[in-house]
Amino acid sequence: MTAANTSGESGLLRWLTTDTPESRMQARAASFYQGWLGLRANRLAMVGLCILGALGIVALFAPLLAPHDPFAQNLGNRLQPPGSEGHLLGTDSLGRDILSRLIHGSRITFYIVALVALIAPLAGLLIGTVAGYLGGWTDTILMRLTDIFLAFPRLVLALAFVAALGAGIENAVLAIALTAWPPYARIARAETLTIRSSDYISAVKLQGAGSLRIITRHIWPLCAASLIVRVTLDMAGIILAAAGLGFLGLGARPPSPEWGAMIAEGRRFILDHWWVATMPGLAIFIISLAFNLLGDGLRDLLDPKSSRT
Amino acid sequence: MTTEPTVPSTGTVVMPVKPFPAHSRWKLGLWATVRTIGMIATTLLGLLLVTFLIGRVMPIDPVVAVVGERASKALYEATRLEMGLDKPVIVQFALYLGDVLQGDFGISRLNARPVLEDIIRVFPATLELATLGTLFGVLIGVPLGIVAAVRRDTWVDQVARVVALVGYSMPIFWLGLIGLLVFYGMLGWVGGPGRVGIFYVDVVPTITGMILVDSALEGRWDVFRDALSHIVLPAALLGYFSLAYISRMTRSFMLEQLNAEYVTTARVKGLSEWEVVWKHAFRNIRVPLLTVIVLSYAGLLEGSVLTEIIFAWPGIGSYITTALLSADMNAVLGGTVVVGLVFVCLNVFADLMNSVLDPRAG
Repeated sequence: MTAANTSGESGLLRWLTTDTPESRMQARAASFYQGWLGLRANRLAMVGLCILGALGIVALFAPLLAPHDPFAQNLGNRLQPPGSEGHLLGTDSLGRDILSRLIHGSRITFYIVALVALIAPLAGLLIGTVAGYLGGWTDTILMRLTDIFLAFPRLVLALAFVAALGAGIENAVLAIALTAWPPYARIARAETLTIRSSDYISAVKLQGAGSLRIITRHIWPLCAASLIVRVTLDMAGIILAAAGLGFLGLGARPPSPEWGAMIAEGRRFILDHWWVATMPGLAIFIISLAFNLLGDGLRDLLDPKSSRT
Repeated sequence: MTTEPTVPSTGTVVMPVKPFPAHSRWKLGLWATVRTIGMIATTLLGLLLVTFLIGRVMPIDPVVAVVGERASKALYEATRLEMGLDKPVIVQFALYLGDVLQGDFGISRLNARPVLEDIIRVFPATLELATLGTLFGVLIGVPLGIVAAVRRDTWVDQVARVVALVGYSMPIFWLGLIGLLVFYGMLGWVGGPGRVGIFYVDVVPTITGMILVDSALEGRWDVFRDALSHIVLPAALLGYFSLAYISRMTRSFMLEQLNAEYVTTARVKGLSEWEVVWKHAFRNIRVPLLTVIVLSYAGLLEGSVLTEIIFAWPGIGSYITTALLSADMNAVLGGTVVVGLVFVCLNVFADLMNSVLDPRAG
């Protein structure tokens, strides 16, 4: 995708759009390029991508971009409204600069999302492909387990998990991931069932490949696309769940500038000092919306069945 | 499941005339029932196993939680034996299962009352909120989805899309706070947090536990009005989230129908658009739509946790969270089991409804 960004010269463009790719890498780059063209045509998805890119940069360079130390208290300057001297979004009840806290908080949000988006799909992929490829009793048991988890109330279960494990970001991640994997397992299994009986799998099998090799080298890569779409669509849900846990005091601990926890802090002053709780909420809303826009676009692109006819 | 072809002595194969004789159809129904019951049972067993395991991994010693830090060694041991903690884990699970099946979720550490009693007391509040929320969601979401499908790619469709996207992206607890700030703090249009104003607390005796119903039954319309002004904001909020889901699903169900050939036939016959949409297309989406509504209802029962906290609504969500923050594990697990139970039952109910009402889905 990065190659496509700089496709000013015609040589690269020709290399990407050729009908006869000469290497596997070229074929892959070409199909990425086609996907990129499709995505670029979707204006809303591009808006989402741009927002996420900007937020990613903000998170990456947080210490450089933040005008103040996110933890520096100044009780003489507390609860200043937005736009006051040196504080674009105002200050909170301890005189900390809200903008700086939001900027640093974006790191926590990305951290949580990245971890959950890594753990849950991988767990689902493992369970789904193993169930789908091996079939029989393994399939029955694993899928019953998946169905059971799928029927659980997710937020309440995550609450109970965190309650048992203790509050903290890592435990929140674990709790969300534990309740998020079943849909991925379902998708991975469905993909595996269609792949399993194809000729090339038989060919690989005849060459002497074992189940492990077939699953990891020949089935996993093909499940990736549909899982990635689903993950992108789930990102907003993950962010909202993490923020909810933070709001309840079960995620990040108080001095940390986690957005949900910031809303909880600002809640006490909502009627007189609206900005303290409003700003982090807007941040959560914007990043969730961006993920939803991008996810919608990706789904239209990669899953022609559900796209608009 | 079909009856085997019978082979008479003459050697010719006689196929049965009816594909499904009465007794085999009855067997089929029985089999489906057994399967459904089995499904519910395994799911519930799984739910209980998970909550049991959560109770196990918790870093708090359950014995210390009961007897306190300063208890003597003898008392500690006695309590440990009494709680069955010396037995193998599988036996402990069986004991837990037995207790739960008898409705015994243990005693709450917070108020020393049986957890089940507490749950029965707080559950109607959640039920009231979620029901009203779903009502909002259905009354606005279904027409919105249908209009979006009929007027596809027009501004109406775009508005519906944005409304839903915003709903999917909004942190519900934050929207609740903003709603309180604007409609209660600034405009004063609605009542504040809680179920009724301070002058109306405990005025109406508890009959169903749902204050709107109770005050109406008692004929106390002043209480009813006050309760309504308190519930309208949180219910509308929950309703917005179910609206987002219901309107999107309605739209995609409807689009599927409108693209079908029978709709073209109906149009060619000269039926008005109104008749095409309501008499033909809508009839065919009623069943999947009902399923979606039941599912979103289940989602609201669960999703009301954060809303209840914002609005100080004394429902099951507030109950679980309060218990959580004070490490009252019996109450947390009891609440989780009850919410899970309702959730699972509604899920199964939605499935069943689908296959009973739609003969093709069987």
